[in-house]
Amino acid sequence: MDILGLFMIAGIFVAVSIVLDLYRAFSGPTVFDRVMAISVIGTKTAVIIPLIGFLFERPGLFIDISLSYALLNFVGTLVVAKYLERGELWSPYT
Amino acid sequence: MVVGSIGLIRLPDFYARLHAAGKPDTLGEILIVLGLILYEPFSFITVKLFFLSFFILVANPTATHAVAMAAYKRGLIPWRKEHR
Amino acid sequence: MEEGAQVSMRNILIFKFLVLFVFWILLSVWALDHNYPGQFNAIHIAQGLVASAIVVYVLRELILHGEKIHVKLFRAVPYVFWELWQIVLANIDVAYRVLHPKMPIDPLLIEFYVPYRGDMTKTWLANSITLTPGTITILVEGQRFIVHALDKSFADPLLIDQTMQKKLMHVFMEGENDSTS
Repeated sequence: MDILGLFMIAGIFVAVSIVLDLYRAFSGPTVFDRVMAISVIGTKTAVIIPLIGFLFERPGLFIDISLSYALLNFVGTLVVAKYLERGELWSPYT
Repeated sequence: MVVGSIGLIRLPDFYARLHAAGKPDTLGEILIVLGLILYEPFSFITVKLFFLSFFILVANPTATHAVAMAAYKRGLIPWRKEHR
Repeated sequence: MEEGAQVSMRNILIFKFLVLFVFWILLSVWALDHNYPGQFNAIHIAQGLVASAIVVYVLRELILHGEKIHVKLFRAVPYVFWELWQIVLANIDVAYRVLHPKMPIDPLLIEFYVPYRGDMTKTWLANSITLTPGTITILVEGQRFIVHALDKSFADPLLIDQTMQKKLMHVFMEGENDSTS
């Protein structure tokens, strides 16, 4: 079994796990479940993209993309969590 | 060595609850990226992959904590084990 | 082998600036991949300098601001290795519980107090707790930690043994016999 086949199998596993997380994003009784599910999906995406990059024999391009997306996902999750905690992002009275 | 690679390129696979999705996900990510690092000969890409894994290592617990803190402050009480 | 240093505020700013700048260089300048050549010319370097400077100036109060007790020991590296080993152990435990058909977890909320003064120490502790499978830091308020654990066996090392707290106390020189100010 060559390495690329292995990557493809791992990629399929991760893709299946993304679908399962999507189920959690839809069902999840509270909104916090959904936020967590989206964050997890984002991280998994950021990991599956280098895998795909290796499969396409152009890893250099895809890794930059995944790094940027990981950052974006992190910041987005933090912002949503902060909003849910306070009810507003920035108070004009401060 | 291939089996070792299989064990290394293993992946996050727990979907039970709100908390149980945050942490193993991080560790699974790290393992996948480490597997990728071992595949590629030590080039510049390895450094970038290492940065990616390090960032995820630090950022994911923080994001998990942010969501957990928001949930707690909004009154989400953790589930206690009930007797069925 | 031990090394601690008192860091001044300006040095922290310079350090943050360097970190950002290195990141910039890494991403845009030094890409030696044959498919995607990097541009090593003056314009990109200048852009990197300006961008890093702007970010450091705008967010100067965000991270590591006014840390008087930012004293670190080079015992950080053994701590990281110990931490990784704890993560592996706890991961197996959580995996067993989750995959078990009856899922024997008994979530509980712990609260404990921590004798740290520095923010960095508390941050590392919170991150270590969250990174270790089975526990999540929920709330940090001053010296008070609220942690959610999946089962009592995850909670005991934090509550009773307090190994993690003691190790961090040693890493950040917060013990009683080493104090600087």
